[in-house]
Amino acid sequence: MIKKSIGWIDERFPLTEIVKHELTEYPVPRNLNYWWNFGFLAMFVLFIQLLSGIFLAMHYKPDVHMAFDSLQHIMRDVNYGWLIRYIHSTGASMFFAVVFIHIARTLYYGSYRKPRELLWWTGLVLLLLLMATAFMGYLLPWGQMSYWGAQVITSLFGTTPVYGDDIVRWLRGDFVVGDATLTRFFALHYLFPFIIVAAVGIHVVALHWVKSSNPSGITLQAKDNIPFHPYFTIKDLFGLGVFLIIFSAFVFFGPEFWIMPENNVPADPMVTPPHIVPEWYFLPFYAILRSIPDALGGVVAMFMSILIFAAMPWLDRSKIPGGALYRPYYRVMVYIFLVDVLVLSYVGAKPPEGHLIVIGQVATFVYFGLFLLLPVISKREDRRTRETGLPPAALALMAEERDELSRSEHYLRREEDLKVMSKGKRKGEGA
Amino acid sequence: MATDKGFEQPIHFDSERRDFLGITTTVVGAVGVCGAAVPFISSMNPSKDVKAKATSLVDIASIPLGKTHIVEWQGKPVFIMHRTPETIAAMQASQPDLDPQSDKDRVQKAEWLVVVGLCTHLGCVPNQTKDGWICPCHGSLYDNSGRVTRGPAPTNLEVPYYEFVDDHTIIIGKVV
Repeated sequence: MIKKSIGWIDERFPLTEIVKHELTEYPVPRNLNYWWNFGFLAMFVLFIQLLSGIFLAMHYKPDVHMAFDSLQHIMRDVNYGWLIRYIHSTGASMFFAVVFIHIARTLYYGSYRKPRELLWWTGLVLLLLLMATAFMGYLLPWGQMSYWGAQVITSLFGTTPVYGDDIVRWLRGDFVVGDATLTRFFALHYLFPFIIVAAVGIHVVALHWVKSSNPSGITLQAKDNIPFHPYFTIKDLFGLGVFLIIFSAFVFFGPEFWIMPENNVPADPMVTPPHIVPEWYFLPFYAILRSIPDALGGVVAMFMSILIFAAMPWLDRSKIPGGALYRPYYRVMVYIFLVDVLVLSYVGAKPPEGHLIVIGQVATFVYFGLFLLLPVISKREDRRTRETGLPPAALALMAEERDELSRSEHYLRREEDLKVMSKGKRKGEGA
Repeated sequence: MATDKGFEQPIHFDSERRDFLGITTTVVGAVGVCGAAVPFISSMNPSKDVKAKATSLVDIASIPLGKTHIVEWQGKPVFIMHRTPETIAAMQASQPDLDPQSDKDRVQKAEWLVVVGLCTHLGCVPNQTKDGWICPCHGSLYDNSGRVTRGPAPTNLEVPYYEFVDDHTIIIGKVV
């Protein structure tokens, strides 16, 4: 019966074909480690956010007179409203945590390099969409932090030469952040996740075309690839279990950990809180903004600090496989970069006073310096490696894979993979 | 997978054990998903502030003899009529044949008629007349016991659940 129904569908829609191509026969390098779980986790958090967000929208009211109270209504009156809201607020932070790890993994293992440039760029677009969505969502509770955060960030666009004031007024639909701003932020906060879903679709299509990279950085031939299902569905599900334990711990035991106390005070356009801090995931960029003494310069630097990632495929001139794994100089650079981001986060969280200003400026200098030094260092590293040679493990793997490549010309084509796979199988059976 | 160092015999592929693990995992996962769905589905049920409207406490002492007050209960109008002895006598004597019911079965105390003020045809609010009510939408007639005497309404006006708290206070509806 089931077989017949599937057969009926298959005649009209490539169901079995899709399941085979994307799941049961989708080849994945067998040597992926747990850092490769975070793409799937990001997708899962997106799903959590969509679900909890839609249910919150059933009770939320995007009106300056009702927004704050409707949140109290959700927390106190709506059945499990507290749970759904805490899932959504914790989910936002978890989304960024997962995505940041996902990006750090890509940087460390050099997964942004050929042929994965488009994968990297679509990922960067996803990050920008996520940031925009999170920023607009943060206004909705209409607390003091929500209000002044939106006020400050929309003011950034006021630094645009000539048209600054007009752009800010257009963004807000008011002279300050007001009812028009709140309502449009709600509308867009509801819309953007669906754009993100579409962009994730493109991201995944690109991934399934070029296939996953792997810690060795060497393209593995068919025999070293194993089907996504069941090997990586199980691995992803295990990772999901661990993730959900951490997620639930925050939702049930520390939901307020992510919510600033100041935001439990209703928005007041007449009084700014003594110390304005963005959400933790914006801190490094906020620190860069504040480190530049010039207003326009700060805004440009802040946007550049994210957009500069797009240049990574060009900045990194190295041909050594494996990202940081086989690249001692680059590895040090990645670690300095990660520490630098933490320093910037710390500076961004504190009031800009005394030596913190200098530390912030140095960290900003290091941040951009690392990107600008990368072409020189990666070139030099390449030369050095050519003299000293790659580690024996990498050489052995490369020789093995080159041998394999001679058997299949186009490693990207699944048909070729399958042919090689079945050839290997027959040989295995014979022996 | 088929052989392993230290084992001379190939490891037996235990399909029964594998099926058991597969089914157990699926069942645990399905139960988990159902459990996670409960709060979301529940959130669409009436919230506490809506539930607070489930009952209405009405002071009926303020209704003069022969008059009708309209009170709100769960967002619906409820007619509370303080009936005169003549009306009571007339209602107890008659029994319309569209939806036969005796007046005694429709009241707890004969002088107090409590009915939901929505026409049983399509939900309009009937207007009061000397003999009962007439629905402005399609002309259904009800007598002073809220019983339908002329269609198109199919049934008598609904008698909501209510209790006398004391002689001059009633509570309409049940706590949900």
